[in-house]
Amino acid sequence: MRVGPGAYLLLSAVLFAIGVAGVLIRRNAIVVFMCIELMLNAVNLSFITFAKTNGALDGQVLAFFVMVVAAAEVVVGLGILVAIFRKRSSTSVDDVNLLKG
Amino acid sequence: MVFGQRLRALAGWIATLAVAAAFAVALAAFFELLSLPGEERTQILRGYEWLASGDLRVAFDLRWDPLSAVMALAVTGVSSLIHLYSIGYMEHDERRETFFSWLNLFVASMLVLVLAQNFLVMFLGWEGVGLCSYLLVGFWFNRRLLLVNPLGRLVEGEPDDTREVWAPPAAKKAFLANRIGDVGFLLAMFLIFATVGSLDFDDVFGQASGLAAGTATAIALLLFLACTGKSAQFPLYVWLPDAMAGPTPVSALIHAATMVTAGVFLVARTHVLFEASGTAQTVVVLVGAGTALLAALIAIGQDDIKKILAYSTVSQLGYMFIGVGLGPIGYAAGMFHLVTHAFFKAQLFLGAGSVMHGNDDDTDIKHFGGLRSTMPITFWTTMAAWAAIIGVPLASGFYSKDQVLAAAFEHGGVGRLAWVVGVLTAGLTAFYMSRYVFLTFFGERRWPEGRHPHESPAVMTLPLVVLGFLALVAGFALSTFTGEGGRFQDFLEPVLGAPAEHESLAAAFALSAVATLVAAAGAIGAWLLYGRRVDWLAVRRRYAGGWRALADRLYVDQVYEFFTVNLGRALAAFLARTVDQRGIDGAVNGVAELVGNGARSGRRLQSGLVRSYALGVLGGAVLIVAFLVFRP
Repeated sequence: MRVGPGAYLLLSAVLFAIGVAGVLIRRNAIVVFMCIELMLNAVNLSFITFAKTNGALDGQVLAFFVMVVAAAEVVVGLGILVAIFRKRSSTSVDDVNLLKG
Repeated sequence: MVFGQRLRALAGWIATLAVAAAFAVALAAFFELLSLPGEERTQILRGYEWLASGDLRVAFDLRWDPLSAVMALAVTGVSSLIHLYSIGYMEHDERRETFFSWLNLFVASMLVLVLAQNFLVMFLGWEGVGLCSYLLVGFWFNRRLLLVNPLGRLVEGEPDDTREVWAPPAAKKAFLANRIGDVGFLLAMFLIFATVGSLDFDDVFGQASGLAAGTATAIALLLFLACTGKSAQFPLYVWLPDAMAGPTPVSALIHAATMVTAGVFLVARTHVLFEASGTAQTVVVLVGAGTALLAALIAIGQDDIKKILAYSTVSQLGYMFIGVGLGPIGYAAGMFHLVTHAFFKAQLFLGAGSVMHGNDDDTDIKHFGGLRSTMPITFWTTMAAWAAIIGVPLASGFYSKDQVLAAAFEHGGVGRLAWVVGVLTAGLTAFYMSRYVFLTFFGERRWPEGRHPHESPAVMTLPLVVLGFLALVAGFALSTFTGEGGRFQDFLEPVLGAPAEHESLAAAFALSAVATLVAAAGAIGAWLLYGRRVDWLAVRRRYAGGWRALADRLYVDQVYEFFTVNLGRALAAFLARTVDQRGIDGAVNGVAELVGNGARSGRRLQSGLVRSYALGVLGGAVLIVAFLVFRP
């Protein structure tokens, strides 16, 4: 059975939605980062799909860019996370509310 | 410093000499005027140009003609005598040099008023005398002055005097009442300029006949409003009795002889405008007659000698306005009464001041009695003025008052009514003036223990003698029985015109006889009640109701007080609380509160929660995508 590009795009959308839901709902900071990675990978999947269907290489190049940026972002993000949570012992993202007005 | 101290003692003499010098100059100018033939007796001095704006040109022009000569002589002459008197009267006052400088400022302003050649310069003098009146009435602003209680000895337990009166409220009342009149003067000037294009007397009077009847009436009535303020006629007379809070020389000069006559002078000077409007003339005559009667009634019930004389002044001014309101037939009569009144009323006030001076500054007639033996000069000169004011034949008042009444009768119409009122008022005048004289100088002695009434020093009695003499002789020296052919009337003819009708000698005799008989009846009535040893206090108690109304000044003041003070305060409170505090402040504060509430609601977005910010980002992204996908 030949799976069309629609299935890949559907999968990408579902993964993205799950990622968004996770960012909004989960309280653990590590889990939030994982959901962000999930979103990025979902987008990568849709880039590759479109590259294949259009026969152009643009999508694949963009996927590389996204992967590089994701890696860099994880480094910085985890660094900030460790710095913040070294001060407090809790990993809940709700506790970082000093900007409450 | 040393020099100034020595000058202080001389302040009174310097001031008196200044005014006497002015009198001498006026006299010289007067004789110069006499040397000219009748038609040429007008000299105009063109002065420095004051205003030049658009079409309006006003300069400090002065006019010397018979009318201003009469006024100038009367003002400076009587003023010199009063200055001399003040030297003695104010001898112990620590601020007497201020007093004299203000008195001189007053004389200067009054002269500007009578010598003016245009309305604006006259207004300058008009305001100046109003200012000086305010300053001088409030001269003793830090002194407690007792107010004689109108109900004293009428009701058990009522004190003879009550309520410490402070001079400042009286001064303010005088100035404010004058101010209302001044609005009339200003509006009249605006109207004159708008219709005639100039404020110069010659220009305006030349074009007066060309004015529309409505305009002329409006101008004349507005000017008359100013006169009711300055010359204390109804409805603006209420300041004059209160102004008795000032020193007695002030009352004599300003509120008897000069300032209050400015209104009469105004009507005489602008008589052309009044002749252009019959309505205005009728109003003047009616107001004059009504005021004369009203004031005479109130005077009967007063116990304060200065208040009696104050209401008497208001009443006599009413006569003058009857005179000048009648038209050409009465101008000279009104002006003549102005002059004779200046003499006898100034004498009466200075005499009252002399009585006060010898009685510890007491003004209550209930505390006098039998003073003729202790102060003879004051007594005899006051009797001379008494004869003049009630119209004893051959005294000056007899001539002037009868001339006014005869002119009123001859005029017909409203003049006849004014004649009836005038004769009735003459009777009342005789009554209250005789009451004043009998209760003060005759009868049993009622002054308190320890008081030694004495005659005043020569510097005060000399003016009394001069004024008393003038009060007796000014009549037959200056005028005749009917007013025609008299020196006074002839002198004023170039300015005021000659009366159109001439009355017969018999008619004049008859009218005069009626008036004199009524006056005699009034005097005899007063003698019956107060001259013999009658217990007038018992009489007063029997007629308590009526007497109380008279003593309370027929409640005119109370009505005014209600409208101005009470209503004014209510209005001010309303504006302060409701409009200002609740309305305007409410609006401003409300805006601030609105902003605050908005901020408070907006602040709730800043929850500090990372997840709600993430939700916001998501929401924004969805909107942008939707826009990009679905845009038309």
